[in-house]
Amino acid sequence: MSVDTLPPPMPTEAEKGEEAPFRVLVRAFFRSPAAIVGFVLLTAIIGLALLAPFLAPQNPYDLNQLDIMDSRLPPGSQSMTGMIFWLGTDDQGRDMLSGIIYGLRISLGVGVSSALFAALFGASLGLLAAYVGGRTETAIMRIVDLQLSFPSILVALMILAFIGKGILNVVLALVIVEWATYARAARGTALVERRKEYMEAAESLAIPRWRILFVHLLPNCLPPLIVIATVQVARAISLEATLSFLGLGVPITEPSLGLLVANGYQYMLSGMTWISFYPGVALLITVVAINLVGDRLRDVLNPRGRE
Amino acid sequence: MTAAVVRRLLQAVMVMFAMTVIVFIAINVIGDPVDILISPDADQIERARVVQALGLDLPLWQQYLRFLWAALHGDLGESYVYNEPAIRVILQRLPATLELAISAILIAIVVGVPLGLYAGLRPDGILSRVIMTVSILGFSLPTFWVGLVLIMFFGVQLGWLPSGGRGQTAELFGVQWAFLTKDGLAHLILPAVNLALFDACLILRLTRAGVAEVLPLDFIKFARAKGLRETRVIGVHVSKNIMIPVVTIIGLEFGSIVAFSVVTESVFSWPGMGKLIIDSINVLDRPIITAYLMAIVAFFVMINLVVDLTYTALDPRVRLQGEGP
Repeated sequence: MSVDTLPPPMPTEAEKGEEAPFRVLVRAFFRSPAAIVGFVLLTAIIGLALLAPFLAPQNPYDLNQLDIMDSRLPPGSQSMTGMIFWLGTDDQGRDMLSGIIYGLRISLGVGVSSALFAALFGASLGLLAAYVGGRTETAIMRIVDLQLSFPSILVALMILAFIGKGILNVVLALVIVEWATYARAARGTALVERRKEYMEAAESLAIPRWRILFVHLLPNCLPPLIVIATVQVARAISLEATLSFLGLGVPITEPSLGLLVANGYQYMLSGMTWISFYPGVALLITVVAINLVGDRLRDVLNPRGRE
Repeated sequence: MTAAVVRRLLQAVMVMFAMTVIVFIAINVIGDPVDILISPDADQIERARVVQALGLDLPLWQQYLRFLWAALHGDLGESYVYNEPAIRVILQRLPATLELAISAILIAIVVGVPLGLYAGLRPDGILSRVIMTVSILGFSLPTFWVGLVLIMFFGVQLGWLPSGGRGQTAELFGVQWAFLTKDGLAHLILPAVNLALFDACLILRLTRAGVAEVLPLDFIKFARAKGLRETRVIGVHVSKNIMIPVVTIIGLEFGSIVAFSVVTESVFSWPGMGKLIIDSINVLDRPIITAYLMAIVAFFVMINLVVDLTYTALDPRVRLQGEGP
């Protein structure tokens, strides 16, 4: 067998056993009622976000569909054209339910993409640190330590103060905030993994370094990273909402849930609470659902935590 | 030990120095302050005069040296908005933020520790489960939204508490404090509770975990076997052992509470440093942003230094290292 066709040391031998490990994990995952609730909610939320144009009663970006006469109606009111606003309308006469469904898209999009890029960047650096060691490791981990000693909101705030608002800027800020967590976790796992025999085998075969790193080491470091990524998506969504609420996040033309809450803030004191309240509830449900799934994933993927 | 302390101090100074470079470079990217300072119909001569007065025509490295030199003398520029030294504007807001942060920490302790003790002592009780579920919610809830709901409920619907501003203040040690007057105290309650929520949940969970860890140990069994009253077992033997992580986290969380006061202060229009920085970012008041960043970085470097040094002093197993974690 040539070096390049050597299969990565993934679950091959276990697949021939009683049951594939993936199936075992899935079954273990669904043993918890809380995890089922979280999973169902999350699926529904993702579905809503993906299919927003088909499911939302109104397109909140299409000015033709808006009527200023409908502005600030309480939940359950009827529009001039007979449409019912289940969650009321905002100051532009936008249906809040539609606004929330479209807002979910932006919140989830920002959260998921930032977590993904941060994972890619952070885990690569973490693996590199563990694998190369020496000065490189010291330098990377110093930066990680330094950054983690500052609260995430502060770092994000500084960055956005410098580069200004905008969806891409928010994603960038969140990536910079989050990468250190992944780097630390990846290094920790990789330090344990690299002492194992399969790594020795790979090294003795003189496989290129990048291949050892990404094909052999990375897949075996994935479980803890997946758990962190799940929780980080929730944190990113929450942080993005906070930044947008403060007026430093997404622009007004692409309102995420946080910005919807901010828009309703000024009407709060005059008793029009629904404009702020319901986007917040949507945000809360999203974050809780992700955390429930993340918690269960941690239990399932961590062998010590298994019952 | 002394060598380690000196090394740690040097490191702190290095971090501060690096931050001045980062802040300076970044602040020069934000935008041109001249556009804000002069009216749109000012002529080129007027514009050139302002640019020269601010030193914006010098090369960047010269501007940096000027900035560093001035910063070392406690001069971080004059606010464009308040026409006062930026550092003074920030220090004026410091008491409001400190007052809010300390109240929040106190609330978090007073709520978190007893509830955590209870949940740890009766892990299977219904009330314990309710407490733990609520604490998960407390972790997930975004601070700003909780603040809005508090305003909605206690400020608007019930009308019990004021929902914005700091209220009346009274003087103590030459500084104005809100907690000394009845009106100020009423204004303080909602923001402090809002800010405390996250840390109350954190302390609660830490306390519970600590109790669960300590309870099955031999010395607790022995204390009970000796016939000690349960209150003494819990009050002395258990609490002593769970207090170490709790006290540590309180020290560490103080910085994070000050950082998160940015959010709470904005929601409740609390006139502290956090609201100041958000307002300043929105109007591009560069000296204030610079001064705030430098102040907050210094603050965090100090907290981390104190925590590290305390660790070394308390726990000989923690050895300070010059390099590598």
